[in-house]
Amino acid sequence: MSIIENSALGKSTSRRGFERHLKVENVSRRAILQTLGLAGGFVLAAPLLSRQAFAAYETGAGKMPHGTVVDPKVFVSIAPDGIVSILAHRSEMGTGVRTSLPLIVAEEMEADWSRVRVVQAPGDEVKFGNQDTDGSRSTRHYLLPMRQIGALARAMLEAAAAKRWGVPASEVKAVNHEVVHSASGRRAGFGELAADAASQPAPAIETVQLKSPKDFRYLGKGQVSIVDLHDITVGKARYGADVRLPGMKYAVIARPPVTGGKLKSFDPADALKVPGVEQVIEVKGWPWPSKFQPLGGVAVIARNTGAAIKGRDALKIEWDDGANAAYDSVAYRAELEAAARQPGLVVRQEGDADAALKSADKVITGEYYLPHFAHASMEPPVAVADVKSDKAEIWAPVQSPGGTREDVAKTLQIPPENVTVNVTLLGGGFGRKSKCDFALEAALLSKTLGAPVKVQWTRDDDLHHDFLHTVSVERIEAGLDKSGKVVAWRHRSVAPTILSTFAAGADHAAPFELGMGLVDMPFEIANIQCENPAAKAMTRIGWFRSVSNIPRAFAVQSMVGEIANATGRDQKDMLIELIGSPRIVKLGSVKDLWNYGEPYESYPIDTGRLRRVVEFVAEKGNWSRKVAKGRGLGIAAHRSFVSYIATIVEVEVDDKGKLTVHQVDTAIDCGVFVNPERIASQLEGAAIMGLSLAKYGEISFKNGRVQQRNFDDFQVVRIDEAPLITNVHIVPADADTPPSGVGEPGVPPFAPALANAIFAATGKRLRALPIGNQLAI
Amino acid sequence: MIKVKINGQEQSWDGDPSLLLLWYLRDELGLTGSKYGCGQALCGACTVMVDKEAARACITAVSDVAGREVTTIEGLHPTGDHPVQKAWRQVNVPQCGFCQAGQIMQAAALLDQNPKPSHDQIRDAMSGNICRCGCYQRIENAVHLASTGV
Repeated sequence: MSIIENSALGKSTSRRGFERHLKVENVSRRAILQTLGLAGGFVLAAPLLSRQAFAAYETGAGKMPHGTVVDPKVFVSIAPDGIVSILAHRSEMGTGVRTSLPLIVAEEMEADWSRVRVVQAPGDEVKFGNQDTDGSRSTRHYLLPMRQIGALARAMLEAAAAKRWGVPASEVKAVNHEVVHSASGRRAGFGELAADAASQPAPAIETVQLKSPKDFRYLGKGQVSIVDLHDITVGKARYGADVRLPGMKYAVIARPPVTGGKLKSFDPADALKVPGVEQVIEVKGWPWPSKFQPLGGVAVIARNTGAAIKGRDALKIEWDDGANAAYDSVAYRAELEAAARQPGLVVRQEGDADAALKSADKVITGEYYLPHFAHASMEPPVAVADVKSDKAEIWAPVQSPGGTREDVAKTLQIPPENVTVNVTLLGGGFGRKSKCDFALEAALLSKTLGAPVKVQWTRDDDLHHDFLHTVSVERIEAGLDKSGKVVAWRHRSVAPTILSTFAAGADHAAPFELGMGLVDMPFEIANIQCENPAAKAMTRIGWFRSVSNIPRAFAVQSMVGEIANATGRDQKDMLIELIGSPRIVKLGSVKDLWNYGEPYESYPIDTGRLRRVVEFVAEKGNWSRKVAKGRGLGIAAHRSFVSYIATIVEVEVDDKGKLTVHQVDTAIDCGVFVNPERIASQLEGAAIMGLSLAKYGEISFKNGRVQQRNFDDFQVVRIDEAPLITNVHIVPADADTPPSGVGEPGVPPFAPALANAIFAATGKRLRALPIGNQLAI
Repeated sequence: MIKVKINGQEQSWDGDPSLLLLWYLRDELGLTGSKYGCGQALCGACTVMVDKEAARACITAVSDVAGREVTTIEGLHPTGDHPVQKAWRQVNVPQCGFCQAGQIMQAAALLDQNPKPSHDQIRDAMSGNICRCGCYQRIENAVHLASTGV
């Protein structure tokens, strides 16, 4: 769920941001912000810092494709009746961002939230700035820009009132949806002032002040529910699948069952006999790897989705399976394990880990296997397209409206300005909907049919043609001296890379994958070596919520438990000892260190914060409690998406191997935050997703084909096996601690905390996921 | 011609009688509140009530509901203020929200049959409804709240 860094791909591939940097016209906006951020040394200015309207801290926002746009005239409009409309330019997939970002604007402009309407922006990054809703970036990149937009809007309203009353602007103040002049008692509502405010230019950013955090009405309070709450509860919320256009056709597509396969021949006769089926047509496919381009296949067009699915079932198709027909997960695991037992490309080196392992008093080795995971958002991929001559309009649940617009334009060979991408609500995303293949399919079909088309993926389509989470073996060797101190650490991580979806033959991890829990490992150990042996991809690999952090955290944090056990120490004490002294971790040996796209100065690896979040969860989650026989406590901590998280899990394993999760405590330090209520919901959900992938989350291949079809053989956790209690603890942060990720960081520590708890309960060390029947005796 | 009452309104369908109720509701009638999640009664996103009992619209043919009364999320309460809907809002249950219509219909059917379910009964009755975002703790609390008075 991240954008590929510039350096990550060779020139032969089309890296979206790179192309766009070349043609983007509005770089000056970014340049201005960046210049202000660097000017004058305000970074050191302490208490008043957060009231400066320009960058108190730098983020990577400006380096994202199209950067940020700070323009109240783009994001805010006010009707004469006082209703304030604020644009949400990021996609809503359940994190609450469609509420949180406009709420920030409303806070700063003193708008009354009950008189605010949120309007979803279409895909247009030149106008709105970057819209890639992934990488847990929205709040961390947009807290400050949204505050600036709100502050500028407030200043414009105040200036309009001051001018009308002929008083200095310094004498008027916006308060709760009106501007007041207390000396004369005059007041004017935002609606009355709207036209005058809009007719003036936005003031220079350095002339306005942000509100003092002590005056916040909404930010940090958690009192505001998501804007779609009522609609969701009455069935009115509109997702991608809910879009209906006059004359719209319904399509489902049969796609090649093996990645890289293609259509050989098909017979539509039986499909055309199904009542409601109107047409059967071939869909263009692109050779693998092709980024997000459609896989091709055969589309059944019908008057409703049910008829289209039935028609597809009746198709007779022959496929050419291509180069990946032999993909077999059992054999592939053995290949990964063999690779992990040999030296690989060295990606971090401090001291001499080889020598230190040789001379160690004791070496503990753990080899951890994690399979492919599927996103399986509740709403499978779906899109509606209406293509007329050289214009296209799309309605789709996409995390990347800007990228979708560009890819539709390229696929149809029309200018991006002729493409409108309307963003619906997303019925879950988790990274799957960052890839717009389903929207491209709809666009191609609509062009062919000359009518609006909805392409609906079924659940088996979703599981069979996902951009899967990678599959990996993580092998860690820890060398201990006589006193039990860890003096050597070698971690080999081998997994097919996301780059393989973009460039044929890519077989080593990109910097953005290495930086997710491998080379950024924060322990204070004298001799550290990280290696990345090669792995060849045999299916489409993509970003799955938390990405490579999941296998890395599982391995590293399980190893902490293994060392604690081998040396007879408490897991939490062991963890704190390994984290070591509070310090900023220096990673001088790592080439192209990837820090989630953030400048290291603003977002360093701060072991003081990691230690604190461990101590925080230990205290709030009562780590020192005694648990009954058959139960166990496990702990794990991990920094990802520049946030710090620690999780404690209490499990019970009965004599038949049945696992019950009694309690989960998760603590997060995500810097300054906007909506603690949504942070809690994200972390509650992350525990469920972590438990799902730990218990069941496997996609496996045989003969090149995914073996799972639906929620019976690809199970996810249901309510009757959910943790009985999940507590979320947010580490308080002052207003000047840069905000960091929330959507993804909760997932990685869950599975290792669970594995450590299961070990404490049973003495059984789980080194491979899913757990499946490993606990059955 | 199949006649069926949906949210109190008579509807008649003269197309394929084996068309699944979910697609009839969504594509033919435009009642898009009920969702497609699996097509095999495994996830519960399509849950509606047929004569007050929870049913999965994704495996129910239109002919199966001939002459019966179907209630969808759109028809659960005229102003959207069924105790379950109110509880859902009070507890801030949803994340992405896609499964919630099915969850709410399942919960409403549960409370219809068992107005004071225990926590175990709630977890049992709701176990056919998947929430991939993982809102289960709040779902459990909201059903409990709805059962004790919102």
